[in-house]
Amino acid sequence: MKFNTIFSCRVNVSVVYSPASHREFGHYSPSLSFHLSCTPSRAADMDLQCLIGMKFNDFVLMATDMSQLQRIMVQKSVAGEAGDTTQFAEYIAKNIQLYKMRNGYELSPSAAVHFTRHTLATHLRSREPYTVNLLMGGYDPKTEAAELFYMDFLGASVPVNFYGFGYGGMFTLSITDREYRPDMTEDEAYELMKKCISEVKRRFIVNLPKFRVRLISKDGLKDLPVIVAEGEAA
Amino acid sequence: MARRYDSKTTIFSPEGRLYQVEYAMEAIGHAGTCLGILAKDGIVLAAEKRNTNKLLDDVFLSDKIYKIDEDMACCVAGITSDANVLTNELRAIAQRHTLQFGEPIPCEQLIMRLCDIKQAYTQTGGKRPFGVSILYMGWDNRHGYQLYQSDPSGNYSGWKATCIGNSSTAAVSILKQEYKVGETDLHEALLLALKVMSKTLDMTKLNAEKLELATLVRKAEHTEIIVKPVEEVKKLIKEHEEREAAAEASKQDKSTPSTSKPKA
Repeated sequence: MKFNTIFSCRVNVSVVYSPASHREFGHYSPSLSFHLSCTPSRAADMDLQCLIGMKFNDFVLMATDMSQLQRIMVQKSVAGEAGDTTQFAEYIAKNIQLYKMRNGYELSPSAAVHFTRHTLATHLRSREPYTVNLLMGGYDPKTEAAELFYMDFLGASVPVNFYGFGYGGMFTLSITDREYRPDMTEDEAYELMKKCISEVKRRFIVNLPKFRVRLISKDGLKDLPVIVAEGEAA
Repeated sequence: MARRYDSKTTIFSPEGRLYQVEYAMEAIGHAGTCLGILAKDGIVLAAEKRNTNKLLDDVFLSDKIYKIDEDMACCVAGITSDANVLTNELRAIAQRHTLQFGEPIPCEQLIMRLCDIKQAYTQTGGKRPFGVSILYMGWDNRHGYQLYQSDPSGNYSGWKATCIGNSSTAAVSILKQEYKVGETDLHEALLLALKVMSKTLDMTKLNAEKLELATLVRKAEHTEIIVKPVEEVKKLIKEHEEREAAAEASKQDKSTPSTSKPKA
């Protein structure tokens, strides 16, 4: 059996739960640098969270708000959806891991996205559909390009340059439409993300003060400093 | 006595052998020869056709070489009906992978999956193993050109050049001597295949009607799997024979030197 020695590095899979506990960052082994963020997609919850992702030439930048949502305490039924996102993210993460264990090399980001979408779509018309929206981003060492995919709970999947989920995300789209350039450096991208987040603070009625930020590049996954939105609130 | 242990596939003999599997390999040893050679810039599969009755209607160009996927083809030796079932399964496995992952299945994964199925027939169910050995040629973006062989036991291995079927051991030993790692290009591989076939087949002269030749080459982000038409095979045979004649002639020259040397 031929082994590709480039990807024989240690396996590092962990699913990190944010304080609100119904959206996660998952990350996979460094060489694939995959990042999967889920939001539960029941209309009420979906809109109030903000999940932003942007793809540049060599890296992908993702941010998600860290605030605790009262919703999860008021509506117990949300726990179902909360369970969904965790369960789904872990299921995908572990299957990607299994592929790596079986074959000695990893799935490319586009193949992993295809697999995820296929899983979502298959479950859609079953008794137990997954209600999660995702942004999947990664760096493909083979093509030496960063990729970002939008996926929603109906099984639609599209490669995008940037996207924001939720009401907060809608405000960021206009900022990115204007300011985004694919050849930005990591610092410029971080500044752009800061601008997006301050726009959310300015326009959005729900207070989402803190955002966790992650960068995925060929060197792996990197946690960037938490962005605390500045500027006057809505 | 071996007899007591061969009727079921699922039991070992006291010496630790699975007789049914071995008998399956024996069946393959009587089948038409198939050989595969990995060249620098492509792969060659050559097969001996056994069904050459004039009355046969040639609906399929090839009865031993099958295309499995856009980037993979295989050549079978053994019971043809078993081979049909396996190639059908190979094609289904390949498409299921593409359905799930949106990309062509890497060669080794496909073979692993089929071999797991083959192995199941040697362990459970009380069914006999498949009486087929398969040579696979394929390309993927991870390991490039690859040549694999699988047998009824469910084992598989990657090869630079190998042979299955009738006279396969003789063919493999010739390949061992003649095959030059890293120096063989596609054309040389084709001629080498013909050479090995002519030495191991029970025929004095190679006949294009009795041979199948297929090549796999990667051209411009696209894989070409071609089963060579009879005319091209004839041309290659002619070239091979000319080479052989030239080699013979030069050997003759070398073997009569002493008469021309002056004596001291």
